[in-house]
Amino acid sequence: MATEGKTIDALSQFELGTVFGPVGASVGFTQSSAHMLLAAGLITALVMFGMSARAVVPGRLQALTESMYEFVSGLVKGQVGEHEGRRFVPFVFTLFTFVLFGNLIGLFPYAFTFTSHIAVTFALAFIVFVLITVVALALHGKKFFGYFFPEGAPLWLAPIIIPVEIVSYLSRPVSLAIRLFANMVAGHVMLKVFATFIVLLGGLGAIGPFVAVLPLAVNVALVGFEILVALLQAYVFAILTSIYLHDAVHLH
Amino acid sequence: MPEQDGFEERLRQARARQGMDPPPGGKGALPTAGWGIGFRAGVEVVSALVVGVGLGWFLDRWLGTWPWLFLLFFVLGSVAGVLNVYRLISPRRTPGR
Repeated sequence: MATEGKTIDALSQFELGTVFGPVGASVGFTQSSAHMLLAAGLITALVMFGMSARAVVPGRLQALTESMYEFVSGLVKGQVGEHEGRRFVPFVFTLFTFVLFGNLIGLFPYAFTFTSHIAVTFALAFIVFVLITVVALALHGKKFFGYFFPEGAPLWLAPIIIPVEIVSYLSRPVSLAIRLFANMVAGHVMLKVFATFIVLLGGLGAIGPFVAVLPLAVNVALVGFEILVALLQAYVFAILTSIYLHDAVHLH
Repeated sequence: MPEQDGFEERLRQARARQGMDPPPGGKGALPTAGWGIGFRAGVEVVSALVVGVGLGWFLDRWLGTWPWLFLLFFVLGSVAGVLNVYRLISPRRTPGR
C-alpha cells in the first residue's frame, strides 16, 4: 500500500472508487459522493437537533449552531451590507458548512476528503460565479457591463482593458477552486509522506523505532495544522464569496 | 462649516448599512499572514493564466487561428494576473475604484 516497493505513494489516497457494492458501481457512486452525503447529513442533523430545543439559554449544540450561524451572518452582512446581505446568508451558510465539514471529515482516519478534488471545488466555485453574475445582471441590467471598463479611463485603452478585465473576472471561480483544492491536497500529501516515513524508519532494525518518533512528532503537529487549514479555508471560501457578492450588489 | 442635524453621522450609518464602506475593525477581513498572502498571490496569477491560456486555446481551435489568439490571451492572462495581485495587495474600495 503506502510502502509498496519502499517508495512513497502519497497520491493514491485521492483515487476514487465506488462504494455500496454492485449497486454503487452501476451508478458510479464513489466514496466522494458518500462523504458529501455524510457531510450534508451531519450539517442537517446539527442544525435540526441543535435548534430543536429552541431554548432561550442555549445548550451546547444550540450554542454551536447559533454561533456558527451568527458568524456567517455577521460576515456576509459586514461585507455585503446589513440590508442587502440578509438574503445571501442562507447560501453562504450552506457553502461554508459544506466546505468546513468536508475539510474536517477528511481528517478522520479512513475518511475521504471530497474538497481535495478540483471537480468538487470548481463546481462549488462555479455556483458562486453563476450566482454573482446573475445577481449583478438582475440588479443592474446593462450597467453590469460597465464593470469591465472603469469610468474615466481613456477610450483608446479599451481594447486592452476590457479583455483583461474579462479574463480577471473569469479567473475568480478558478482561483476560488484552486485555492481550496491546493490547500487540501498539499496538507494530505504531507500527512501521508510523513506517515510513510514513520513506517520506513521504523523498519530500520534496532535503532528504527527511536528515529521513527521524529516523523511521528511532525505528523502530530501537522494534524493540528491541518485542522487550522480546514477552518481557515472554509472561512476564506465564505468571505471571498461575500466579497464577490458585494461587488455584484454594488458594482465596484 | 458647522455640521447641522448630524448629516455626516447619518450618511456614515447609511453607507455602513448598505455595505458601501468596509466594516470597522477586523471582522470580515481576510487573513493577512505572510505566507497566506503569498499563497493567495500565487493562486491569483496561476488562475488568471489558466483562464487566459484556456480561452486562447479554445478560441484558436474554434476559429483555426493557432497560435495567434493563444499568444494574445497568454499575454492578457498575465496582465490579468498582475491586476489581480495588485487588487489583492492594494486596499479595496478606494473611492473611484
